[in-house]
Amino acid sequence: MTYSVPKVAGEAEAEVGREADSVWPLWEVFIRQKRGLSHVHAGSLHASDAEAALLAARDVYTRRVEGVSIWVVSSAEIVASDPDDAPAFFGSIEKPYRHATHYDIPDEVGQM
Amino acid sequence: MDTGEGKFQALLEAEEKIEPTDWMPEGYRQTLIRQIAQHAHSEIIGMQPEGNWISRAPTLRRKAILMAKVQDEAGHGLYLYSAAETLGVTRDQLMNLLHTGRQKYSSIFNYPTLSWADMGAIGWLVDGAAITNQVMLKRCSYGPYARAMVKICLEESFHQRQGYEIMLALCRGTEEQKAMAQDALNRWWWPSLMMFGPHDSDSTHSEQSTEWKIKRVSNDDLRQQFVDMTVPQADYLGLVIPDPDLAWNEDRQHYDFGPIDWDEFWAVVKGHGPMNQERIEHKRRAWDEGAWVREAAAAFGERERNRGAA
Repeated sequence: MTYSVPKVAGEAEAEVGREADSVWPLWEVFIRQKRGLSHVHAGSLHASDAEAALLAARDVYTRRVEGVSIWVVSSAEIVASDPDDAPAFFGSIEKPYRHATHYDIPDEVGQM
Repeated sequence: MDTGEGKFQALLEAEEKIEPTDWMPEGYRQTLIRQIAQHAHSEIIGMQPEGNWISRAPTLRRKAILMAKVQDEAGHGLYLYSAAETLGVTRDQLMNLLHTGRQKYSSIFNYPTLSWADMGAIGWLVDGAAITNQVMLKRCSYGPYARAMVKICLEESFHQRQGYEIMLALCRGTEEQKAMAQDALNRWWWPSLMMFGPHDSDSTHSEQSTEWKIKRVSNDDLRQQFVDMTVPQADYLGLVIPDPDLAWNEDRQHYDFGPIDWDEFWAVVKGHGPMNQERIEHKRRAWDEGAWVREAAAAFGERERNRGAA
């Protein structure tokens, strides 16, 4: 199925500019699949308030027993690193001695 | 590190995903907004032809299944709107573009659902065609779109299987029931093939989408994949695909099939299908009648936030 409906010759297409947020705030949804595992990001949704966001998260992201617990977090509260700053945050490649594979252990020693 | 265009190209070449905060060409952004929004609109409008049969489902089991399926379509629409919003558009903007006809949805939903057998044919054929396309889209270069596809594909499999099961039940039933299944196949077969879009030779914006790795397989290849998969399934049902030219081609190791009526396809895209007007009117009415709910919820949310601040 092509969800990109073909363009009709001569028909004006909507160019979409950037606009302010919708009326309802945005929330990020995290689901814990089962006890013992972390909550993992499942997606986002709009809802008027935290409780409504939790109910909407249940309907939108857990229709098939996907987990045992849901977190909703206001998207505006998330502080994120800039991907362009990745080297400053994740520069550990310069420090190979931090990885187990850096060390040569003779085979005779066995699994270590 | 390289920035802008160079970095974007490097990510594409490395088969890495593009994420919302990355620099991207404006054309890439517009193409994705258009495609993801149309995909989302398709899921949302797609609730109507099936919603039409919920109250008339033949058994309680079928009714529960159909409700679950329609609820899934709503969910799929919501995942996709979220993905579109990461490109800097708002939900309200997208709703407005749909309601004013400036953004389209898949033409398949502009055909009416005349009998219960249509619920079978839609699940089997329309969702089957959708899966063929969406499996490809899991590999698309834009991260949020690809991620939405993973979840959607998992859920679509149920849609297709329940549809085929409906067809199976009808084909194993009375003569009349089998005739109903055949009639549904007759009406949905060609529109399902049209879902894959114009031939590659006539598809104007496929090339750029392919370069950007949004589209990974051509319209004609996907259509062929769908035909090859579906013909044996129709045989098993004992139904006849309404195409006198349909035949196995030993050399190509694919089925050959007859010409598609592109005049009909373009007429429906341009708004002249049997249900175009009714679908969008229904959507607008639901939106307008729900306005008070949105406003009340927004007012409640506002009050809650102010209470927290006080």
